[in-house]
Amino acid sequence: MENRAIFPGRLLACLLVFPQLAVSLIFFYWPAAQALWQSFLVQDAFGLSTEFVWFENYVNLLKTPEYYHAIGTTFFFSLLVVFFSLAIGLLLAVMANRNIAGVQIYRTFLIIPYAVAPAVASVLFIFMFQPGLGMIARALQRNGIDWNPVLNGNHAMILIVIVAVWNQISYNFLFFLAGLQSIPKSVIEAAAIDGARPMRRFWTIVFPLLSPTTFFLIVVNITYAFFNTLGIIDTATEGGPNGSTSTLVYKVFLDGKAGSDLGGSAAQSVILMIIVVALTAVQFRYVEKKVHY
Amino acid sequence: MANVTLRNVRKAYPNGFEAIKGVDVDVADGQFCVLVGPSGCGKSTLLRMVAGLETITSGEINIGGRVVNQVEPADRDIAMVFQNYALYPHMSVFNNMAYGLRNRGMKEAEIKTRVEEAARILELGTMLTRKPGQLSGGQRQRVAMGRAIVRQPKVFLFDEPLSNLDAKLRISMRVEIRKLQRRLNVTSIYVTHDQLEAMTLADILVVMNGGQVEQVGNPLAIYEKPATTFVASFIGAPPMNLMSTRQDEIKPQLGGSAVEAGILGIRPEDLAITDQTPSGGVALSLTIDAIERVGAETFVYGSRAQDQQGVATNPGELPPGEVIVRIPGTEAPAIGQKIRVAAVRNKLHLFSGDGRKRIEI
Repeated sequence: MENRAIFPGRLLACLLVFPQLAVSLIFFYWPAAQALWQSFLVQDAFGLSTEFVWFENYVNLLKTPEYYHAIGTTFFFSLLVVFFSLAIGLLLAVMANRNIAGVQIYRTFLIIPYAVAPAVASVLFIFMFQPGLGMIARALQRNGIDWNPVLNGNHAMILIVIVAVWNQISYNFLFFLAGLQSIPKSVIEAAAIDGARPMRRFWTIVFPLLSPTTFFLIVVNITYAFFNTLGIIDTATEGGPNGSTSTLVYKVFLDGKAGSDLGGSAAQSVILMIIVVALTAVQFRYVEKKVHY
Repeated sequence: MANVTLRNVRKAYPNGFEAIKGVDVDVADGQFCVLVGPSGCGKSTLLRMVAGLETITSGEINIGGRVVNQVEPADRDIAMVFQNYALYPHMSVFNNMAYGLRNRGMKEAEIKTRVEEAARILELGTMLTRKPGQLSGGQRQRVAMGRAIVRQPKVFLFDEPLSNLDAKLRISMRVEIRKLQRRLNVTSIYVTHDQLEAMTLADILVVMNGGQVEQVGNPLAIYEKPATTFVASFIGAPPMNLMSTRQDEIKPQLGGSAVEAGILGIRPEDLAITDQTPSGGVALSLTIDAIERVGAETFVYGSRAQDQQGVATNPGELPPGEVIVRIPGTEAPAIGQKIRVAAVRNKLHLFSGDGRKRIEI
């Protein structure tokens, strides 16, 4: 049985759809079209003259080795962020889904990090990991690890991955917890009677039944790692040292804002957009088939 | 194959609520035991304690000569059919049934033989590749049964397995369950709130109320000699008529020590419309309030005059003064008509004033 609202006239329906359409148009389609147009233009440093150059910005971009490096960095960074934020979020959700005393308190505290702005989260971790000052940095140094994210590219990468993961865990936790609670208790009990130990129960029953949630979160988390980590990277490492934490989105920002190369920056953002659209399409096309709804 | 013994089993929750207040039940090897009672009487909790899904506060549960209080559900060698079937939605029917066998490391060839045998018995042969979402309620119910029988466990546990089915399917599944249990000869414990299901399935019937056992025994014996007024009104539909023995209308008819008992019970089918009072029996004057004609029989709801009204002390019982009479469908009294009904002495049930004790006439 279909359960849809029937409106008496077109006017009301249009009015109800309008706000969402307006938001999409003003904040997504219009800037996207602007970026596309901008990517075909070259402007001088003072903004006095503008020239239409067709694909010159793209050609120049694809000639720079730093750009390929940024693509590699982005995929590596995203892979780590998506994997760890999902894995830790799931682990915490499984733990908080058990019947233990004070579970409501744990749940609330596990959700709070999501309310911390990315830049603020970055600052917190910069303090903790500041060589010579931060408590974690000093603990590492006492144990013979020459921790220095300011000079060491790998350390810088580890730092931004930690911040990005920490900031995203709450979101994943919340969705996984909701997903876990929607699994009927009797199915788990049936599996227990059927002789499945807790670990086997998790991998053969719980995890497959969570797959719609997991799939949704993978899509959201990839988008998060690609786009929403700009603030974290800018605050924590500014893409350094030596471009080792400069992801695609950060390079868009750096070249456009700091480098004043609006055309090149716009070309990058168009390519970035295409990559994310393609990734999401691939996920829906191939991964969704393996998902049990 | 095993017997199941419960010894003084108790269950108390941390908030102090006592769900099970000391239950003793013996189920012999191959017997079909039915736990019946109203909602919240603890019957499902008791079954889940046998399954190992609930902890036991005190007492002892013994399956096949082994105390299983601390044994994991997986190691009790039991199979359970749940009210909502609890099938694994992402697995095919075959895999649903094979899951428990695979967990125990059985060889695939043996699994295939067992699942196909179960599918044949339950007429699921053509559905083995389907997912539970593509099955009807009755088919899901059968898959749940199949998942239990492939395991060849010592004990089957059923938690209201038919309550999600429609009335017609429920009756046919009830018969199927009984036939299957006879054929496999596996000890079974079955929970239901439906007294008809309880009567028809049970070798041994356990009537529960408020976390306690009211009566244990053969279903017909319980029907004929209910131990308390609760059992009297719960087993049998429509329920037994209960009234005070001290009323002016009844007192002289009963006479002697029987009056001291307190509560008189008469089943609706033991009352007949007649002008005579059988010797030693009881006759009542009624005004007909309502009539239910169901074909083969007719239920007459009559009320007694205000000053002659009965008692209502137990759940599931009639409102004071109301009496139900079950008569053949061919008879047709009218609403508002005044009638006289009577029951012979050996069909009367006497209980103590608090309804907790049966008194033989």
